[in-house]
Amino acid sequence: MSWYYIEGILIQSCYTLLIVLGLSILTGYTGMFSFGHAGFVCIGAYVSVLCTMGFGLPYWLALLIAGLTAMVFGAGLGKITLGLKGDYFCIATLGVGEAIRLIFNNLNLNLNIGGKSFILDGAKGIASIPLHTTFPIALVIVVFFLTATALLMKSKHGRNMLAVREDELAAQMCGINTFRSKMLAMCMSALYAGIAGGMLAHYFGYLQPKMFLMTKSTEYTIMVIFGGMGSITGSVLGTVLLCALPELLRAVGDWRLVFYGLAVIVIMIVRPKGLMGGKEITDLKWFKAIVRLFKGKKKEQQPPPDEGEKPGEEAQA
Amino acid sequence: MKDITFKHHDPDVVLSLWHATKRFGGLTAVGDVSFRVRKGEIYALIGPNGAGKTTIFNLITGVYSLTEGRILFNGTVIAQGENIIKDDMRETEVKPFKKKPYDIMSRGIARTFQNIRLFKSETVYNNVLTACHAEADYNIFQSLWRFKKGPKWLTKYARQEEALRQKTEELLKIMGIWQYRDMVAVNLPYGQQRKLEIARALATDPQLLLLDEPAAGMNPEETMALMQLIREIRDRFDLTVLIIEHHMDLVMNVSDRIFVLNFGKPLAEGTPAEIQSNPDVIEAYLGKEEDADGNA
Repeated sequence: MSWYYIEGILIQSCYTLLIVLGLSILTGYTGMFSFGHAGFVCIGAYVSVLCTMGFGLPYWLALLIAGLTAMVFGAGLGKITLGLKGDYFCIATLGVGEAIRLIFNNLNLNLNIGGKSFILDGAKGIASIPLHTTFPIALVIVVFFLTATALLMKSKHGRNMLAVREDELAAQMCGINTFRSKMLAMCMSALYAGIAGGMLAHYFGYLQPKMFLMTKSTEYTIMVIFGGMGSITGSVLGTVLLCALPELLRAVGDWRLVFYGLAVIVIMIVRPKGLMGGKEITDLKWFKAIVRLFKGKKKEQQPPPDEGEKPGEEAQA
Repeated sequence: MKDITFKHHDPDVVLSLWHATKRFGGLTAVGDVSFRVRKGEIYALIGPNGAGKTTIFNLITGVYSLTEGRILFNGTVIAQGENIIKDDMRETEVKPFKKKPYDIMSRGIARTFQNIRLFKSETVYNNVLTACHAEADYNIFQSLWRFKKGPKWLTKYARQEEALRQKTEELLKIMGIWQYRDMVAVNLPYGQQRKLEIARALATDPQLLLLDEPAAGMNPEETMALMQLIREIRDRFDLTVLIIEHHMDLVMNVSDRIFVLNFGKPLAEGTPAEIQSNPDVIEAYLGKEEDADGNA
């Protein structure tokens, strides 16, 4: 395997991770299943290409605009659909995701921007997009968002989202504005997907609406569930494994998708809550042990645990 | 939407229901119920199953909208039904409305549920920490940096989060469930889950606490301990408590005043002693007394 090939898989993993991270906020943390995320990625991809090729804007600005456009769209969609419960929300996103793809499939544009013409030719898509997405750039972006998400989820805003997932009525009864929490999750999720769309477009160098089929949306959702709902570590693991797996299985030709499906089924049977089961890497015993090893001396200064307090004793009281 | 507040409202009354009626289709779940809960009081709602007690809680907390009547919290209208029934309150032109549950709850009401509704797969500690959210007002961006020292806007997260954690610890210790803090809520023993739910309710700094059958599923000793606890938290947090309960021992001992409902209709109101000797209440609970011949 050449480095070029491996780099390709890594870049793909990076932008997929960004999408899955966003979806993890919406599905894993807030408990709302979305099957239309490819739609947001699609919007991000097209907007970013319009920015770089049409308006000649720099790559980073194009990504930002792509993300914000997707976010505005997500907010609008959220305003309409966030009142829906469970399955209904799921169906609504599914419909919207497909609708977005079909719009781009039938959209014929011939824009004349400052003398340059920008042609969007429906299902034929766009070719010869500048290849700006390199592995270092993709890695920096994804690590930035990974850190931001991890920090945010440990804050009040993340806890409110979790409360919505656990029990929406109880969350409301704690004075949590559940609509606002859901809207925040939706906006962040769309923002991430939009940016990832821009990265995707500038990695492949061409763009076609059929790159954003509904199967893509389900694939992202599978990655979230595979890694474990409500776990960022899980999303990372799920994405990297499920991105690499089809490539590793290239040897078996067309059978690889069968093996892919089998692998997902086996994991869901062995670990029904996903790989990480809602836990973060920092919650794991071996990780704590390693941290303790590094901080060896600090441990001794900590006060001993409260004496005489064992779970179970109080139960009879 | 602007608040409608009554200026001449008795400041001693925390919650008042005015001819509150709730109909589901043709069924009247709550019919023409009026009562006032005074500050610092433990007020009990009792009645046979299906009498509409929990419906009243749902009306107060904004889960259901009122069909008729009006509910006031500290003199502010939080729910308004279709028809305003003329009463001694000044007539005000308002359309029917209902405030959003989170809005009502953040005004100083907290509740527990008949069938416990915890954040099940979260730890005991996080359950209470989540409910403390109202005291922290850092925004999304401020939660991305955690500086302990520096200008105010940089340290907001660290300062507020520290305060939340202290409050959570204090609440869990008061309720006696601090040793369970790292357990997942759903694995707690039943009685402790009830306590956790009360702790979570207290975390929102309420003035009025609504307890929906807090002693359900508890043995007599646990019930007595709970009774003590309810009084303690009332005094400690300066609360007004509205309680639904079936354990008559608990109700008669703990409450200052009792309101009896039967089939959604008000039956009686008074002190525990008055209620115990009220013939209507005895009839509703035990059936009509029969004489030796078997005639009612």
